[in-house]
Amino acid sequence: MHSEHNEQVITKEVPVKKGYYLVDIEDYPTDGWGKFKRVVKRTLRGELFVGLWVVLREMIKFDIHTIQYPAEKMPIGPRYRAVHEMKRLLESDTERCIGCGLCEKICISNCIRMDTRYDENSRKEVSEYSINLGRCIFCGYCAEVCPELAITHGGRYENASEQREHFIVYEDMLTPIDQMKAGTQQEFQGFGSITPHEDERVKKTPLAY
Amino acid sequence: METAYLIETVIKIVAVLLIFSALAGLGTYFERKVLAFMQRRLGPMNVGPYGLLQIAADGIKLFTKEDIIPTGVVARIFKIAPVITAATAFMAAAAIPFLPSFTLFGYTVNPIISDINIGILYILGIMGVGLYGPLLGGMASANKYSLISAARGAAVFISYEVITGLSILAPIMMVGSLSLVDFNNYQAGGIGDWIIWSQPVAFVLFWIAAFAETGRTPFHLVANDHEIIDGFGTEYSGMRWGLFFIGEYANMFFISFIIPLIFLGGFGDGSFLGALAFLGKVAFFFFFFLWTRAAWPDVRPDQLMWLCWKVLMPIAVINVVITGFVMMF
Ligand code: SF4
Ligand code: SF4
Repeated sequence: MHSEHNEQVITKEVPVKKGYYLVDIEDYPTDGWGKFKRVVKRTLRGELFVGLWVVLREMIKFDIHTIQYPAEKMPIGPRYRAVHEMKRLLESDTERCIGCGLCEKICISNCIRMDTRYDENSRKEVSEYSINLGRCIFCGYCAEVCPELAITHGGRYENASEQREHFIVYEDMLTPIDQMKAGTQQEFQGFGSITPHEDERVKKTPLAY
Repeated sequence: METAYLIETVIKIVAVLLIFSALAGLGTYFERKVLAFMQRRLGPMNVGPYGLLQIAADGIKLFTKEDIIPTGVVARIFKIAPVITAATAFMAAAAIPFLPSFTLFGYTVNPIISDINIGILYILGIMGVGLYGPLLGGMASANKYSLISAARGAAVFISYEVITGLSILAPIMMVGSLSLVDFNNYQAGGIGDWIIWSQPVAFVLFWIAAFAETGRTPFHLVANDHEIIDGFGTEYSGMRWGLFFIGEYANMFFISFIIPLIFLGGFGDGSFLGALAFLGKVAFFFFFFLWTRAAWPDVRPDQLMWLCWKVLMPIAVINVVITGFVMMF
């Protein structure tokens, strides 16, 4: 029963779309004469020259796609997860982090260490905060879990270190106060935000061709 | 007279050695640039203007690298193999007239080291000896990929010697001499006299065989990166590997000189224009080596053997026979 059903599916007429055609694949020749004819046909078809022309055309067009990396850089998307940043509050310019410790808790590679204390106004304040970038896998969980949008990922992806444990501390990540005053703090645009200039680079999906 | 001749020859040898060692380096630069442009890349850009000093950087690197002789190799043979490749490549240059003779400070210079009357035979022989570089290097390396490469190299070189020899036989019969200078003079009358018109088949065959002899891309299976790493060069590093490299590129240049000399009129009547045209032809054939590398895939070893023995060799023999008949009657 089951096999019958299968056969039915296979023999069902496939509607032929306009402009589509089945590629004509010949059987391989088995006798000597057929093989000889195939060799002659392939020899005289001049496909090698098509290949030569294609590469020469590209050379003449000189449409170079190289990005000369240290001098030129691709714009990276706002969703890119590179070295972390700590944001400041827009209203008061103070630190956004409330020291809740969620990021430390959720970090799956245990690379965030933080400590808090009460400041003079009896408010909770972050006293120590470090991320071991040598262990961080840039999964983005810390940024996702943060209730205050305090910790986010930035776009700094060029890191070098003399040792495997490369730490970054709170002060390095915090938006500098002068930058904050100038109003140039880069906000995290949210999950699903798209890369700059993406509109120009949008192409039809291959299926549409 | 004798001393003058000796000094002149020594100067010529040194000049050929220096110029073609430098050209081999320049050849790698051109190759990288041309391949890059054909693949929409830029190629070397950072060392010097347009990456021109890349050659110097590569040279420094090759010369100063540690000379590693791996354990397990047959050290003596391992060491001598690259020298064979480079030396034979340059030895073949002795019978090639690079330019028409010109007058320098009232002294006539023939830019050929020695116009021996068996020039072509000598070149073919020396190129045959060049086989021992890859063969010995690959066999001494104690590396299975090198060994495969050596076996392939031996098979390909020996097979295509046959094609080279047979295809060139017909033009030799027409010219009646083995000296490349005589070949050039035979065609000195202008484009109509070029041997390519009377021997187009021989020309194509010789050109195909040149790719096999130099191990360039459609027939690059001696050092096919994706199958056998770098073939016979896998275990080599530093200057020994560099010698293989110089040998390969020098070979490419010399073949690019030989093909126009035999088939495309060489430097013609020896005028300045003829010399320029000759260099243009040489440049085209060298460029064609790079061009095919960007455009064509490699063939399988068995296809290469099939092509040699079942297609090219019969055609070459038939070509010789027909030429003989035409010359007789
Ligand atoms: S990105 Fe992931 S691994 Fe890195 S600090 Fe945040 S939670 Fe930890
Ligand atoms: S960065 Fe965010 S999650 Fe981490 S302690 Fe501060 S407020 Fe909490």
